[in-house]
Amino acid sequence: MTSTTTTTTRVPGGSAPRPGARRGERAPGRPGAPGARWSSRAVANLVVALSALYALLPLLWLVLASAADTQALFASDFFDFDDFALADNVRALLAEGDGIYLRWYGNSLLYAVGGAAVGALVSVAAGYAFDKFEFTGKRQLFALVLVSVMVPATVLALPMYLLASRVAMANTVWSVLVPVLFNPFGVYLGRLFSAAYVPNEVLEAARVDGAGELRSFWSVGLRMLGPGYVTVFLFQLTAIWNNFFLPLVMLSDEALYPLSLGLYSWNAAAPINPDYYPLMVIGSLLALLPLVVAFLLLQRFWRSGLTAGSVK
Amino acid sequence: MSALAPGRARRAAAPVPTAVPAAPGRRSQRAATALLLGPFTVLLLTVFVLPTLYAVHLSFFSTSHEGLGFGNARTAFAGLRNYAAVLDDPSFVRGVGVTLLYAVVFIPAVVAGALVLALLFDSGLVRARQLSQTVLFVPHAVPGIIGTVIWLYLYTPGISPVLGALEDVSLEVDFLALDMLVPSLVNIALWSGLGYTTVIFFAALRAIPADVIEAAAVDGAGRVRTALRIKVPMIRTTLTTVVLFTTIGTLQLFTEPMLLSKATPLVGPRYTPNMYIFDAAFTRNNYGLAAAASVLLLVVCCALSYAVTRATADRSGKAGS
Repeated sequence: MTSTTTTTTRVPGGSAPRPGARRGERAPGRPGAPGARWSSRAVANLVVALSALYALLPLLWLVLASAADTQALFASDFFDFDDFALADNVRALLAEGDGIYLRWYGNSLLYAVGGAAVGALVSVAAGYAFDKFEFTGKRQLFALVLVSVMVPATVLALPMYLLASRVAMANTVWSVLVPVLFNPFGVYLGRLFSAAYVPNEVLEAARVDGAGELRSFWSVGLRMLGPGYVTVFLFQLTAIWNNFFLPLVMLSDEALYPLSLGLYSWNAAAPINPDYYPLMVIGSLLALLPLVVAFLLLQRFWRSGLTAGSVK
Repeated sequence: MSALAPGRARRAAAPVPTAVPAAPGRRSQRAATALLLGPFTVLLLTVFVLPTLYAVHLSFFSTSHEGLGFGNARTAFAGLRNYAAVLDDPSFVRGVGVTLLYAVVFIPAVVAGALVLALLFDSGLVRARQLSQTVLFVPHAVPGIIGTVIWLYLYTPGISPVLGALEDVSLEVDFLALDMLVPSLVNIALWSGLGYTTVIFFAALRAIPADVIEAAAVDGAGRVRTALRIKVPMIRTTLTTVVLFTTIGTLQLFTEPMLLSKATPLVGPRYTPNMYIFDAAFTRNNYGLAAAASVLLLVVCCALSYAVTRATADRSGKAGS
């Protein structure tokens, strides 16, 4: 396999075909028989279209089910718009448990937006320090960062809970907020972004102008790292919004639940009380909106993040 | 060590003189390093190092409760007994088996599916490329618990329009039957991960220099041949990284089966190793047992990433890239 690659690449745009090359095959990009070309195009588009349907149909179901009343939900009867019950469902959702849903929404926003804003800053600052400064133990510390990237959070949740109980922090906002600030992958990305976006010459110039290192970071480095910060923020926001295991372990007070845990508790109650089914559906729809909107708006950032994190 | 993106990382970070040479500000630089790195280091210690050490410590002790579990707890050194208990426990072993089966189905499915889609996107045959990729990516923005709930409804007879439609063509599928559980779980994970992985692969494919592809074309390689013989080998590092992360993801399998366990008695409370840990800690209050299982998973994660990193390094070394 490798040999084919190397021999092929060794002909840089040469027009003479190698002796071994098969002449019968068409080169890509060159117009061959129009029929064959059209059909491969059709197959490619069909495959992509089917995958897109696979991605979207469950969400479409969620939207339709959110607008259905309970009976229509169980009858999968979504197209009878006489029973358009979206407003009723929202009203029921907000009324349930004295508006506990809004409370969960607020908690999720606090954990996710607050956690991601601070966490991304901590990560990017650390990544910048790894990139720009020399210090003893740097290699070892960065190795530890990479190891911690590999360790699933679920494995550490139990000891974290026990530690938190010891210092009376379990079942507090902090027990969920502090661990989510830790984002070693963000540090890794921050280091890459710092190397790519912040030229040392600029820092040198700032230094000549008499700016201290911290000042350079705040007014020069961080500004150039803006897109990197947004990328890390976005990934962390998603991770925290999706976080389920940690709050499940840490929290017992319903008023502190994030959406994921709140919806989970309704889901557990639904088999006994079917009234929770429509609440779950509409609650789920509203709970995923912020993330979908964030991803759609910030496309170029997550794309660049995925590229930086995984390519080559 | 740099399992994530060896090439890029090395190029970006390795040349040591990258650090700004600062003649006057040695002190200021040390202070800045401490301030910029300090908060993260504190988190690293409290959220990663300390819990890890504590888990290892806990795993060597067993706690017995006097009375019916409500009396005073007595803690005693247990040596490796917790580990033996975990490994001897048929429910844990079964959980590992489920995870393996799930991994064997899921990893090839998501990797092959995403690779095919990425190659199609890269081939230039697909219309509305950006839009299609975004659409495919959207499920990744859906919280795992909500995605699972949606699919659970779609699996539930009486609610699901999918089952209804299948019944109309007299196909009866029970997604919650025993031998359908793993495929049903795989489907949820595939739905959520396919677009995400596709975007990663597509980005890697875009990074292949155009002249390499042109040279292949000149040599008379067709589209499929170019894709399989040139493009795929050239993104091998990305492939390995994705496989590694997906594997580690499968070890975390918790949310989906946890929700499934509420919907069908066929999924027990110890269906996967993570559920086993949760059950041991919070239902059985056996922290030693839970800690031992956690440490075992931790060791597997580290071993996996080490092995994969080594394998990638060796192969890319031989290929001379």
